Amino acid sequence: MASSRESCPSVKNILLLDSEGKRVAVKYYTDDWPTNSAKLAYEKSLFTKTLKSNAQIEAEIAMFESNIVIYKFIQDLHFFVTGDENENELILASVLQGFFDAVGILLRNNVDKAEALENLDLILLCLDEIVDGGIILETDATVIAEKVAFHSMESAELLSEQTISQALVTAREHLTRTLFQ
Amino acid sequence: MAQPLLKKDDDRDEEVEYSPFMGIEKGAVLQEARVFNDPQLDARRCSQVITKLLYLLNQGETFTKIEATEVFFAVTKLFQSRDIGLRRMVYLMIKELSPSADEVIIVTSSLMKDMNSKTDMYRANAIRVLCRITDGTLLTQIERYLKQAIVDKNPVVASAALISGIHLLQTNPEIVKRWSNEVQEAVQSRAALVQFHALALLHQIRQNDRLAVSKLVTSLTRGTVRSPLAQCLLIRYTSQVIRESAPNTQTGDRPFYDYLEGCLRHKAEMVIFEAARAITELSGVTSRELTPAITVLQLFLSSSKPVLRFAAVRTLNKVAMTHPMAVTNCNIDMESLISDQNRSIATLAITTLLKTGNESSVERLMKQITNFMSDIADEFKIVVVDAIRSLCLKFPLKYRSLMNFLSNILREEGGFDYKKAIVDSIVILIRDIPEAKESGLLHLCEFIEDCEFTYLSTQILHFLGIEGPKTSDPSKYIRYIYNRVHLENATVRACAVSTLARFGAVVDTLKPRIFVLLKRCLYDGDDEVRDRATLYLNTLGGDGSVVETDKDVKDFLFGSLDVPLLNLETTLKNYEPSEEPFDIASVPKEVKSQPLAEKKAPGKKPTGLGAPSTGPVSTVDAYEKLLSSIPEFAEFGKLFKSSAPVELTEAETEYAVNVVKHIFDRHVVFQYNCTNTIPEQLLENVTVIVDASEAEEFLEFATRPLRSLPFDSPGQTFVAFEKPEGEPTVGKFSNMLRFIVKEVDPTTGEAEEDGVEDEYQLEDLEVVAADYMIKVGVSNFRNAWESMGPDFERIDEYGLGPRESLAESVNAVINLLGMQPCEGTEAVPQNSRSHTCLLSGLYIGSVRVLVRLQFGIDGQKEVAMKLVVRSEDESVSDAIHEIVASG
Repeated sequence: MASSRESCPSVKNILLLDSEGKRVAVKYYTDDWPTNSAKLAYEKSLFTKTLKSNAQIEAEIAMFESNIVIYKFIQDLHFFVTGDENENELILASVLQGFFDAVGILLRNNVDKAEALENLDLILLCLDEIVDGGIILETDATVIAEKVAFHSMESAELLSEQTISQALVTAREHLTRTLFQ
Repeated sequence: MAQPLLKKDDDRDEEVEYSPFMGIEKGAVLQEARVFNDPQLDARRCSQVITKLLYLLNQGETFTKIEATEVFFAVTKLFQSRDIGLRRMVYLMIKELSPSADEVIIVTSSLMKDMNSKTDMYRANAIRVLCRITDGTLLTQIERYLKQAIVDKNPVVASAALISGIHLLQTNPEIVKRWSNEVQEAVQSRAALVQFHALALLHQIRQNDRLAVSKLVTSLTRGTVRSPLAQCLLIRYTSQVIRESAPNTQTGDRPFYDYLEGCLRHKAEMVIFEAARAITELSGVTSRELTPAITVLQLFLSSSKPVLRFAAVRTLNKVAMTHPMAVTNCNIDMESLISDQNRSIATLAITTLLKTGNESSVERLMKQITNFMSDIADEFKIVVVDAIRSLCLKFPLKYRSLMNFLSNILREEGGFDYKKAIVDSIVILIRDIPEAKESGLLHLCEFIEDCEFTYLSTQILHFLGIEGPKTSDPSKYIRYIYNRVHLENATVRACAVSTLARFGAVVDTLKPRIFVLLKRCLYDGDDEVRDRATLYLNTLGGDGSVVETDKDVKDFLFGSLDVPLLNLETTLKNYEPSEEPFDIASVPKEVKSQPLAEKKAPGKKPTGLGAPSTGPVSTVDAYEKLLSSIPEFAEFGKLFKSSAPVELTEAETEYAVNVVKHIFDRHVVFQYNCTNTIPEQLLENVTVIVDASEAEEFLEFATRPLRSLPFDSPGQTFVAFEKPEGEPTVGKFSNMLRFIVKEVDPTTGEAEEDGVEDEYQLEDLEVVAADYMIKVGVSNFRNAWESMGPDFERIDEYGLGPRESLAESVNAVINLLGMQPCEGTEAVPQNSRSHTCLLSGLYIGSVRVLVRLQFGIDGQKEVAMKLVVRSEDESVSDAIHEIVASG
């Protein structure tokens, strides 16, 4: 009954693909793509359609199958966030930016596919901290990264106390840099 | 799903990418999962195995029921470990496995322990996991903890509980609704996101309680909302309250508008944009209200961020559909977006410009678009073509440059859908702008000379056959058509033969030449082509001399079937071979499903070629045939106008009824389209009892009941009234549906023998002056006005009293008269104090009427109007004034 305009801003999926359009990590929150093959088909056509755009510096945007897709690329990684066509574009963009920057912090600015796979647990936790069942949980990259890193703290020295604070410092530097670009 | 990684390994030897998941296999990982059962847990190892399992699931791998159960039980063992990182992976894994109810019980106690742990992270995550996998019975056990968590000091815990509440509200609303006190407290939280989540949940709990939502909005719009996301939510709820609140009070101020306007000055862009968009979507938004929103959107247009530019241009594009004048200020910024790197933005900018452009800017705009067209994808081109078509209909005088543009792009490369969109547009322009006909037809002729799409070729040939003979020099099209007979495939050749024959049948002087051409077709390699040629040569008559073609022959060859094809098909199927030949008169003429119902379907665009005659004309045709097939109405003469269907019932009621008013010279026929939406009922002998006591000049003449109305199969019943000849008689009718209802056995579908008489009250129906006016546009109003002359001109002035706005008054008068606005004059520029609007129409008795309306508005919003009417009949000019005076 309630149209999307009256309800909470929501996200349909978050995708992290590699430079060939293959999955690194994906998370779907709606039944718009009920089967794995429907999901793969969506990822493939989205990847092909956006491949040529220049989404390295600023996040780009496209209408795709009655959805709004915001995307950003770095190295051999392609980040996507999909939302309903009536969704506020800037809210979706803030989700993408949160994800993108949090991954940057967690991978210590060494963002590429190999590193992402190496730390896939962090990426999956990161997705889990951004959106819960389609509802936005947190969009502030530092907060997201802190939450993810906190969990790993005592476990097998993935990130020591020191590296977290280092990571946060680098993240802040990175953010300030992008702001002044 | 592991194969792609392996394969890549094969084809790229020089640079092998290292991946921790290279060569991963489900079976092996499941084996590895046994480490979960070790008495001495290796937390790091276990984390890695879970990551591998999650990787497999993420790649689309599925676990069988047994595998999933095994993994699940193994994972539950890991609650023994005190390692936070591992615990976090365990939570993720449990959510991904979505365990069954009896499995959930196994982890419940562990999760409940974590929910009460001292570590906030445990608590937050345990809440999210437990709420995800729980069912209603368990929920009552943990409800107490969740209520506490909602008001917890730690924002992460509070947010986790609130979000879980939003999800649980779908399945267990009665439980979640009991938390409103806690949720209300959380709305006041100082943590930004807690406020956002609490607000979302609180609104969902109360969304059916209008008063509560209104109170919520009233208090929050005065207070402080910290998070931009929460602010966006509040804007959405405010719009909802505005939409549902009573129409403007005496002051004319909209409640909460000030709040929306204030949000335009917020520091977060997402809030500014949400507010701007909300303002543009207010129903009946005035120019004054729009201005500040348009101003901030205009600033966004020159942002360096593509997302911002896109959001702004998309919203402005929507505004341009209803308030083109409000957007014109942005035209300069919009023009610079035509070259935007992001083609979605460029296309939206173009189509916005096409909607807002004025007559003088058309040429300049077309030049810019021409450069742009070559480097966008077909789907964008189609959007542009659609926009150009509407522009051309708005400024018919500019047809030359627009038609040229269309013909140019028609010659360029493009796929079928794109070409079809162009051809459809040209066809529509030919139909609506008489001056454009000849050049348009020639463009189409040139196109089929080199057209790779059989469908388009045949459609164009068919269209040429209808329109070509009516032009000043039909012979010039023959060459193009005959070329098809030589150069194309059999389908197109057969179609070309039919088109040639049409020219021969209609244009007598061309007949001898057509005969020569048709005779040549007798040697075609395809039998359909030969058969058609033979048929035409034998039926056209005159043996190649200049004679008039017999009317019967024309009707036989080119007339339309006067029975619905669907009915013909059923009757033919039921026909059994016998001595008696098939009689087309035995086909029922009643249209089973009403054609208008599908025409009304949202999003249906005007079709061009596919059905060249499905304009408003053909609905009239369909109605005319339907009515003339009913003996009682056969004598009424020519149908003047049929109204659009008027709904007489609310949506989703037991019986859905709408009515179409058919106006004849001396009669009015109400066609009630009825649908029975109850599967267990069969209605019989359905009639509408019409009380015309408030329509004194109408006399009931005849009623045609509907014999049977089964479930979900629409039918019609008619009531006819007599009225004074040629008079625009008005009146109000009340309607009552009367019928015999019979119970239907849902299993067998059989109806019971006995029925009960019943009645169903319908809404009232009015015949108004506008029902006697047909919208007929003129392409050049000034010419038409001059040539009509001032002989029967009538001028008067009217005070319309205080109105909402100038645009609203203009609209009201247009609707009152039911006439066609010309040259885009129905759009009122924002902030203007005066406006001239030109209207054209055909009044009952086929009298052409032209109207010139001049409006002025003063500081008190008092609107004055000068009405100048010209028509071919003095009494009609007076009648128009009477309509306005009494309206």
